[in-house]
Amino acid sequence: MVWINAVLQGVLLGGLYALFAAGLSLMFGVMRFVNIAHGDFIVVGAYLILTFVISWGLNPIIGVALVLILMAAAGYLNQRFVLNRVLGKDILPPILVTFGLSIIVQNGLLELFSADSRKLPTGTWETSSLALTDQIAVGLLPFLMFLTAVGVIAAMQFVFYRSALGRMLRATSDDPEIVPLMGGNNARIFAIATALASLVVGIAGIWLAMKTNFDPAAGPARLLFAFEAVIIGGLGNIWGTLLGGIILGVAQTVGAQIDAGYQILAGHLVFLLLLVLRPKGLLPKVSH
Amino acid sequence: MQAKTIFPIAAFATGFVALSVAPFWADRADLRLLMEGLSYLALAQMWNLLAGYTGLVSVGQQAFVGLGGYLFFALAMFAGLPVIPGLIGAAVLTALIALPTGWIAFRLNGAYFAIGTWVIAEVFRLFAAQIGSLGGGSGISLPVTVARSLGEGREAREMTMYYIAFVIGAVSVGAVWALLRSRWGLALTAIRDSEIAAETVGVDTRRVKFLIYILTAGFTGLTGAFIFLQKLRITPDAAFSVNDWTAFVIFIVVIGGVGTIEGPIIGTILFFALRQVAADWGTWYLMLMGAIAIAVMLVDKRGLWGALRSRLGLSAFVTERRL
Repeated sequence: MVWINAVLQGVLLGGLYALFAAGLSLMFGVMRFVNIAHGDFIVVGAYLILTFVISWGLNPIIGVALVLILMAAAGYLNQRFVLNRVLGKDILPPILVTFGLSIIVQNGLLELFSADSRKLPTGTWETSSLALTDQIAVGLLPFLMFLTAVGVIAAMQFVFYRSALGRMLRATSDDPEIVPLMGGNNARIFAIATALASLVVGIAGIWLAMKTNFDPAAGPARLLFAFEAVIIGGLGNIWGTLLGGIILGVAQTVGAQIDAGYQILAGHLVFLLLLVLRPKGLLPKVSH
Repeated sequence: MQAKTIFPIAAFATGFVALSVAPFWADRADLRLLMEGLSYLALAQMWNLLAGYTGLVSVGQQAFVGLGGYLFFALAMFAGLPVIPGLIGAAVLTALIALPTGWIAFRLNGAYFAIGTWVIAEVFRLFAAQIGSLGGGSGISLPVTVARSLGEGREAREMTMYYIAFVIGAVSVGAVWALLRSRWGLALTAIRDSEIAAETVGVDTRRVKFLIYILTAGFTGLTGAFIFLQKLRITPDAAFSVNDWTAFVIFIVVIGGVGTIEGPIIGTILFFALRQVAADWGTWYLMLMGAIAIAVMLVDKRGLWGALRSRLGLSAFVTERRL
């Protein structure tokens, strides 16, 4: 029974990892660009919601809205004024710039919030659960988190494949040199893509704050989880990212069930194993 | 020979001679700083060879620093190897372990390779924390007898340690230079300039890249083994630190100039100069470093030496072939 429980909790945890991964997946899909500071931006989202709701005492709904608006705006400006300038055939500059951003963000957070581990208390959400059997229960918080992940990924799928904006994003992804000839503006499309991805990063940060303890140095581990979920699922497949997150989550909770010291290690090892067996991921990109 | 090459060669040669006799003019604290500098120079040369010439951007080189350190401790403690064979053994074993890790990491391209190497480094860190005989998560100290075997008395030991560091630093520069002037160097510079073009003229780019990956892993392992011999204590977090062994190293290469031999040398000097001035600023010092790295990428991604070279035509370690 403990194993079934571990798998179930792992699936729900996978929702969080899919949320971490969704923004990374979107940015890679449109710009072939990997943001090393991705995990640190998630942590920024977590500190923002903590500041708004706990320190400033704002209504949680207003707090969430502020986080999402701020993250999206910051993402847009960052892409427009910094990252767009280093995009190109050479992969070194974007990696180094985002690596530099990662160090700045981590140390900036350390300066502002100290190294103390923090968490956003959610009151009855944390303690409520739905008992499935005598020994297995699903917590309300993990359940809502999983639903959020499914909702976010469905929304991204809709925007990407059903809207005019999505058509521009896909066109830029397919051929960034032709889009400007058709009247598109790559710099603007990239900035919008990053704003969307940053919005999702904000959502991920809010759930990080509610679900686990975090500190200024928590970013790199989140980046690695996000990256693993994307690769396991298959590059460029958004639903694959959800599957990748779930597999990673299950690997971690089952590993933790074997020995508490194996939680993170088990996740990494399953990732490496799948990389060997299925280098293109479980659900490789389908052509549309 | 022109002044453009004579002046830099004279500067680097002076530095080399000064370093070769450092124990006779430097005090203990300076000597320790120089050893650290020489270690960083070696790490930077290796990262530069990998990223600057083969385009394999790794943010997981701490895997090999940590492996080298741990393997050296294990060889010295369990196999009873003396220091020098222990260092060499650690380097060889690190290169051997890099074979399977490279085989896995090479399934990923570009930026994904970078993060993949980081995952692999994390796996080694988490494994090291599980090995009870090497101290688990809290780490282990090198037995006093190992350090004692380096020489009679403190001064002799420090002298030996310094010359190990000097050889590691000097060989890292010399080996990269020799490599780049060889047939392999032609293949490497071809890959650096255009991978597709290199393939069309018959360079087996994948094989060259893999060999360089293994070679840099081994030398990085050697440097890691020395670093932890000097520290006398190893913990998983210190051995596999992404900040210490990758972020700082990347910073050195980037400000100095990626894709040149002189760049890492200049970068090491600048890095230590900055650290002497600003290390007390704590988090602000690290933020400043991040900002400088970003600024270099936005202003002139060739770094200081790259910019100087293109404006003034300076060159010390000549690797170009001119017709």
